[in-house]
Amino acid sequence: MESAVAARTVDLCKVYGQGDAAVAALDHVSVDFYTGEFTAVMGPSGSGKSTLMHCMAGLDSPTTGQVFLGDVELSALNDKDLTRLRRDRIGFVFQAYNLVPTLTAQENVELPLSIAGKKPDKSWFDKVINTVGLGPRLHHRPNELSGGQQQRVAAARALISRPDIVFADEPTGNLDSVASAEVLGLLRTNVDEYQQTIVMVTHDPVAAAYTDRVIFLADGKAVRELRKPTVELIIEELRVLTAEAVAGTAAEA
Amino acid sequence: MSGLWRVTWRNLFARKLRLILSATAIVLGVAFVSGSFIFTDAMGGAFNGIIQGSTADVEVAPKGATDFDSQQDFRTIPASVAEELEQVPEAGSVHPFNQVLTLYVIGKDGKVVGGNGPPGLGITDVETRSVTGNPIVEYVDGEHPMGVDEVALDVDTAEKAGYGIGDTVRFVAPGDQPELSAEVVGLVEFGDGSLAGATLALFDARSMQELFFDGRDAYSGISLNAAEGVSQTELRDAVAPLLQGDVKARTGDAVVEAGEEGLEEILGFLNTFLLVFAAVAMVVGTYLIINTFSILVAQRSRELALLRAMGASRRQVNRSVLAEAFVVGLIGATLGLAVGYLLALGLRALFGIFGLDLSDADFPIAARTIAVSYGVGVIVTMIAAYLPARRASRIPPVAAMRDEVALPETSLRRRLIVGVVMVVAGVGLMIGGFAGEGSTGLLLIGLGMLSILVGVSLMSPVIGRPLVEGLGAAYRRVFGMVGGLAGQNALRNPRRTAATASALMIGLTLVALMSILGQSASASTDEAVESTLTSQFIVSNVIGSPFSTTVAEQIREVDGIETVAQFRQAFPEVGGSVAAVGSADPEDLTAALDLPMAAGLLSQLKPGTVFVNQAAAEGQGYAIGDTVKMKLQGATVPLKVAGVFPAGAALPADYLVTHDTFRKGGLTPLDSLLFIVKEDSASTAQIRTAVDEITKDLPTVTLKDPSEFAEEQKEQIALFLNMIYALLGLAVVIAVLGIVNTLALSVIERTREIGLLRAVGLSRRQLRRMIRLESVIVAVLGAVLGVVMGVAFGIALQRAIADQGVEVLSIPWIQLAVFVVLAALVGVLAAVLPARRAARLDVLKAISTQ
Repeated sequence: MESAVAARTVDLCKVYGQGDAAVAALDHVSVDFYTGEFTAVMGPSGSGKSTLMHCMAGLDSPTTGQVFLGDVELSALNDKDLTRLRRDRIGFVFQAYNLVPTLTAQENVELPLSIAGKKPDKSWFDKVINTVGLGPRLHHRPNELSGGQQQRVAAARALISRPDIVFADEPTGNLDSVASAEVLGLLRTNVDEYQQTIVMVTHDPVAAAYTDRVIFLADGKAVRELRKPTVELIIEELRVLTAEAVAGTAAEA
Repeated sequence: MSGLWRVTWRNLFARKLRLILSATAIVLGVAFVSGSFIFTDAMGGAFNGIIQGSTADVEVAPKGATDFDSQQDFRTIPASVAEELEQVPEAGSVHPFNQVLTLYVIGKDGKVVGGNGPPGLGITDVETRSVTGNPIVEYVDGEHPMGVDEVALDVDTAEKAGYGIGDTVRFVAPGDQPELSAEVVGLVEFGDGSLAGATLALFDARSMQELFFDGRDAYSGISLNAAEGVSQTELRDAVAPLLQGDVKARTGDAVVEAGEEGLEEILGFLNTFLLVFAAVAMVVGTYLIINTFSILVAQRSRELALLRAMGASRRQVNRSVLAEAFVVGLIGATLGLAVGYLLALGLRALFGIFGLDLSDADFPIAARTIAVSYGVGVIVTMIAAYLPARRASRIPPVAAMRDEVALPETSLRRRLIVGVVMVVAGVGLMIGGFAGEGSTGLLLIGLGMLSILVGVSLMSPVIGRPLVEGLGAAYRRVFGMVGGLAGQNALRNPRRTAATASALMIGLTLVALMSILGQSASASTDEAVESTLTSQFIVSNVIGSPFSTTVAEQIREVDGIETVAQFRQAFPEVGGSVAAVGSADPEDLTAALDLPMAAGLLSQLKPGTVFVNQAAAEGQGYAIGDTVKMKLQGATVPLKVAGVFPAGAALPADYLVTHDTFRKGGLTPLDSLLFIVKEDSASTAQIRTAVDEITKDLPTVTLKDPSEFAEEQKEQIALFLNMIYALLGLAVVIAVLGIVNTLALSVIERTREIGLLRAVGLSRRQLRRMIRLESVIVAVLGAVLGVVMGVAFGIALQRAIADQGVEVLSIPWIQLAVFVVLAALVGVLAAVLPARRAARLDVLKAISTQ
């Protein structure tokens, strides 16, 4: 079900450090993310998957190349516009929940809207809360919630403003398998029912198996992709990737 | 270097900003302490110089007449004595002189040179050598004055007044002629440096007598320089047998010593006065340090737990925090000493307003100053860091494995109980202080206030909560989510918010207290003037220095004047402490004042009797018929108490005697105030014109109606109040730094949260506003608590001193409201740097911070 491109990178490069110490975290990456699709980005540690997400979310700026969100080119924006873009068009789910401890669950969910001075649309709010399954805990503070509940609050927050795209950075990294399944199910539901575009960085094949498409990164390059992934297919791909990496290292040596 | 030491050391330098911020409190506190010492040392040095530089080997004078702290004395030594002394072989040279202390130079601009306070010296032009070996005065230009039309001035005065040689200088004079003029023929320098703001005018011997001593051939004193090889004692012993009555000879060393003792007392008082403010600054600083170290320890709790997990003992953890405090204290004290020097220069400017000119004085940093600075800086820092350090040592090692590390905190309940106990104890101390006397009483009141303030600050997380919540709710309504977040942030750590606000509370308590006392004193002045003055005019002198009695005599001649009541002042020791004593003619005074006597009749004031101010009567336990001993410079006079007059009358006096008593004490008759009563039929305007004509050449003496008179006194109150505000200002500055510090540390602590807010779309502007709003909450909390406490203390103190002339309680509500608004503005300012820092955080890094 290929459809419109929600976000894409063109020849994206990100180099940290200078001169001899320079390390290319992203090396000419060009990928498209499609509207209404749930995409996973995978790869070994240091493959550049987080950097890719940060650049796409306007949190980090590319060294060269371009990032588009819809028609907007991010590197053309100043901090103020980027902030607004994040506020209105991007949602985030972080590994470490990152809820504001002084706000209740409901207030955390509404945060992006209230920052913009908007009121949440009542029916949409109810829908999100329903899918997230937080009803009775809405007025609790984060420290009164379990890790899974906190991450569901974070997910609800990412969805509340109906962003063009949601970036999830290892959203299940801190969760047990039951809580992980809940959070991933929730993300999947939003893609299926509301055509939400989601990009998720993960190194967990089980988590990646919830998605429509997996993009594999290695050494800062997008090396492979997998449609309709299953856990077994993903594990196999990762095995091949690792073997190539080892072979590459051996060849270099 | 052991492992923990290395950790301590690394910590200090890894957190340079925090180090600087927490050291700032010490720097300012220590600066105040060292500045006070340096300033009083400088003042002491300057005055010692004056005392030594103006004292000869032997001084002959009527007892008490020419001491450093004496008032104008009319007693003299016949010229024949000076002639006899000339014959003494031990005397190398004999220098008889006359002196007056209230000969004020009028500058070219028509204003009195020197302004407020320092004496205007008029002295016979003599060639005396002082004990320092230098001549007392040295001519730098021109010639010696000859005759009443010629005068020599000291160069500083001449410069300030704008006169040079050949110019005609005008004076306000204490003699028969209230105004004088003479041509400047010479310029002199005081032999030993500066006159600290005093002015010096020299006339030849005969002219001094003609101008100020009714032309009598007699002297105020005789200075003697010893002949070659003769000691001070030998000279004094040789001279003593030739003297009669109360005329005594003293060695220069004895005169210097007596002078320095008097000086010591004044400087001691001033030093104590300044150190009180230094103590206030230190107390406020202590809050800042406790708070800073608490936050630092909280932020490092995981690291400290790790140290514990690796086997560091509680004592080692405790010691590593205290070691950090030690280093911070040391650095703070060093910088504080340097800033203190600058502060002393600031005090020089402040006191310069009151006429004290120390522009030529040395500002020495004595060993004592250094010792006290380091002692205070290091000890206060370590005491302040002790509680956080103890808490740090109680972190369980297992905390290192946990995500969220919570420090053990004393329960709010316990704080509340301790707070209540401290407030109760403080109230007890204050009550004790009000009942007590003198400095002990004041000390108790001060300690009581401190105890109450600390108690309230302990309770403030609880009692301040409604205010913080109220502000938070208001914010939410006005500023939406950003306001709500700011309110929540102020609430999330009530102890921290409260401690930060408490520092400001202390400063503002004192500011509010002083404003209430000042306003009450002003209102009481109005009240007293209105209720007791029946005279239509008052002639007075802004700076309170006395003027020639000729003024009163001339005014009596004016048509339509019924009575001129002359009021004089002296400051002798009565019953062991210095008191303000006034003298007046009872009959004239009855006409000019409606003095409601508490006991006795005003007409019963006769030579040999004294009226006592009610406050003094109660304080010293005097009753009608008791005998009071008044130690005037010439003689100690026993007086019978004949009446008690209420405090708060328009008379600036603790005791009231007749003119006769002052004369017995050797004081030259000089008026301080004239109360003028006109005939019923006389025109006010005409009298004003006539009296103005008399005083027109005397800038220090002016005619006022009662309300102008009250205004003039209130200006003095305001001036004093402003000086206190300036001194309290430093405590407020420290408190504001405390807010900056707490906010900055909170920003560091909440880095990840700030990153998140930025990531989900909070703009930099919104973020800055959030921090600003939190800062305003802290500042307003401190200000409101401070103003409330200030009002409470103000009412208590006013009640306590109601019988000492501050009868009316007047609370300057508008001014107090302005303080709160200013505090809110200060909150905005305090947030500038932390907010900027927060706004500059790299979102990505912030989110990934642990």
